[in-house]
Amino acid sequence: MKDVAFGQYYPARSFVHRMDPRFKIVLSIAYIVAVFLVREFHFLGFAAAFAFIVIATAVSRVPFFKVLKSVKGILFFVIFSSVLQVLFNREGTVLAEWWVIVITDVGLLRAAFITLRIMLVVMGTAILTLTTTPVEIADGLESLLTPLKWIKFPVHEFALIMSIALRFIPTLMDETERIINAQKARGADFESGNLFKRIRALIPILIPLLVSSFRRADELGDAMDARCYSGAKGRTKYKKMRPTYRDFIALALMAGLIAGIVLLNGVLGVPV
Amino acid sequence: MSFIEAKEVYYRYPQAEKDALCGVDLTVEKGEYVAVIGHNGSGKSTLARLLNGLLQPTKGEIFVDGISAADKKTLFELRKRVGVVFQNPDNQLVASIVEDDVAFGPENIGVPRKEIGERIDFALSAVGMQEYRKSMASRLSGGQKQRVAIAGVLAIRPEVLILDESTAMLDPRGRREVTDVVKKLNRENGMTVLAVTHYMDEVCEADRVLVLSDGKIVMSGTPAEIFSREEELEKYELDVPVPARIAAMLRAGGMEIGRIYTKEELGDELCRLLPKI
Amino acid sequence: MQIVAENLSHVYSPKSKFAVSALKNVSLTIDEGEFFGIIGHTGSGKSTFIQHLNGLIKADKGSKKLTVGEFDLLDKKCDFKKLRSKVGMVFQYPEYQLFADTVAEDVAFGLKNFERLSEEETAARVREAIETVGLSYEEVKEKSPFDLSGGQKRRVAIAGVIVTKPEILVLDEPVAGLDPKGKKEFFALLHALHGGFVKTVVIVSHDMDNVAEHCTKAAVFENGEVWKVAPPKELFKEAETLAEMGLDVPVTGYLAARLAANGVKIDTDFTERDFARKVLETYRRAEEGR
Repeated sequence: MKDVAFGQYYPARSFVHRMDPRFKIVLSIAYIVAVFLVREFHFLGFAAAFAFIVIATAVSRVPFFKVLKSVKGILFFVIFSSVLQVLFNREGTVLAEWWVIVITDVGLLRAAFITLRIMLVVMGTAILTLTTTPVEIADGLESLLTPLKWIKFPVHEFALIMSIALRFIPTLMDETERIINAQKARGADFESGNLFKRIRALIPILIPLLVSSFRRADELGDAMDARCYSGAKGRTKYKKMRPTYRDFIALALMAGLIAGIVLLNGVLGVPV
Repeated sequence: MSFIEAKEVYYRYPQAEKDALCGVDLTVEKGEYVAVIGHNGSGKSTLARLLNGLLQPTKGEIFVDGISAADKKTLFELRKRVGVVFQNPDNQLVASIVEDDVAFGPENIGVPRKEIGERIDFALSAVGMQEYRKSMASRLSGGQKQRVAIAGVLAIRPEVLILDESTAMLDPRGRREVTDVVKKLNRENGMTVLAVTHYMDEVCEADRVLVLSDGKIVMSGTPAEIFSREEELEKYELDVPVPARIAAMLRAGGMEIGRIYTKEELGDELCRLLPKI
Repeated sequence: MQIVAENLSHVYSPKSKFAVSALKNVSLTIDEGEFFGIIGHTGSGKSTFIQHLNGLIKADKGSKKLTVGEFDLLDKKCDFKKLRSKVGMVFQYPEYQLFADTVAEDVAFGLKNFERLSEEETAARVREAIETVGLSYEEVKEKSPFDLSGGQKRRVAIAGVIVTKPEILVLDEPVAGLDPKGKKEFFALLHALHGGFVKTVVIVSHDMDNVAEHCTKAAVFENGEVWKVAPPKELFKEAETLAEMGLDVPVTGYLAARLAANGVKIDTDFTERDFARKVLETYRRAEEGR
């Protein structure tokens, strides 16, 4: 339970692990854009995107099945959306027909296309979360959001809130477990009854959790005050992120991928 | 002027019916180790909070190193000098990773980046946690978390360390870890320590003990002096340490045992009085 | 009700890389009427063990036996709900489980979960529980539990457990965070309960002085195994071994060991009073001999 704060992080010291988290975040976004750039039914573009994942996984030293496993969480969503595509698409040649259900070749292709697109996006972001701790991601986001200071966005506070939230996830998980056990010992039943009853049964958990969260927030506030916290002004930062050659290599690779996809889109006018 | 000086300090919480502290006078010299004991609600935690400026006295004056703790304008300077470690190990660490947490204080007071690294080294080795520098705070034991909390305070390089029941939620092993670290800081680094506690055996480490009851300092003296006044302590709803209690029973039974409050001393005495038969 | 565990094992998150073997082949019998202490480090398995006693944690398949009175906890058909009304459990810092608008409602929570009683009967039982823990029913019943003092909150939480009149009361570090007076009062309350409907008390404690003073028997857990089960009188004779395990020894145990090393044997049950009496006897004998 305590490992939630680690997210899916797979500890290792690889090329990808040692990249600047800011670059990893930006590249992940670029990757998503790249996948969406692939024109409909240009499956070769997907092949290029998949090749990118394979290379990235290989140099990250994360076992490939871990990356594949990330798809598991959204499997239901993937199946659901492809079934919808198959069932409600009326374009193209009819392959089979039964009652109101019409299955066409375009419908099948579209389902395959959407499925692959979602899977590629998820696998791409999984590489980010597998090689970057949530703390690093929070730091990276803070740095990336810095320009927003110009429009008075409280970047420092936002980052602090994120990092405190991450810090307290394991604590609150433990606490929830403890409260659940304590109420179960008093005969509370969370497993039976209708929906309404089950929601009501959560009150004896949620209220103590809420009360203790307020208490924790209070105490944390005092502890932060006592350690001279007074906002972003005059504050220095210990952790500094510096891009290295790794980040620029990755950047170049990504540029290559996007260029490749755009080329494939244009050159091959006909879907493959 | 003494290093810490409090004169006629009163404090009443908003909406409270009576004062939490009423007329406390206190002086602490540099390098002293002072323990503060008292029953729950005696005002001992309030005192700790006033010294760090988390609360301001409703009446009276407090000076630490010449800086007024009653003045909100000098709060920042005060807090640089007075570090506090609180009770709950889970509620005072800000960051998930140990070194990031220790860096929090120095970052707040604007220490340059390079020096923060040095301060983290110093603070973590002072509490014996250097090998956990990159660890997740959530994976540490209670005692280790409290030691990180102490390091987080030390990194600000304070003059006084206040422990506000910092061992109350720890198991014996964790308590020992924390008290050993604090003792070492006091003896070797000359850190002034003010420890609020209700573990009588921790009190034995102090140079001086203050007993608080209903917002007043009612007893003050060395541990030996305080623990010899058993009836008085009982009146203030406090205990004497077990060895002192046993010594008292033996004294009442006719054995000539002095004012003793640690088990080691009592062991020595017993070995002297009960020679091998 | 007697508690019997034979070859009880439990592994947390089995099959994962975080698998932790919390209990390994634990065999332990706790007879009715005991004031039973459970000693060990954080992580020694003691908390895991006590949570087996009311089925909050289920024993692993390989375990041989786990019964509480007539309840067979390894049986899938075991009525855990009924069991939980017979085995009251007070967790560490139990005041953090309070949730209801009023003290009376909070105390009634467990009772309503377990039994169907009329309003009057419920109110009577709640009153009894609140008064048993030393609070005034009329004074606190309508109050919000969150407005009480720390010590009062803990009492209310305990009232919420004993309201079902459990025969076995299990407590995990119940005096943590209390001041000396609070601790003393708490043990007085426990002994009072132990003489009534509570037949057996099982208490997890770090404080060996408390174990020596109050328990009739104690088990020492170490690395998920039971190292020893014995009355304090015998247990604390092994002061050195306990110290080697990094566990505390009561002050009386320490002193007896010091004297023993010096050739003076004190045959004590390690309560302070008894120790002092025996030391004085030895002392007088030595004086007379001189």
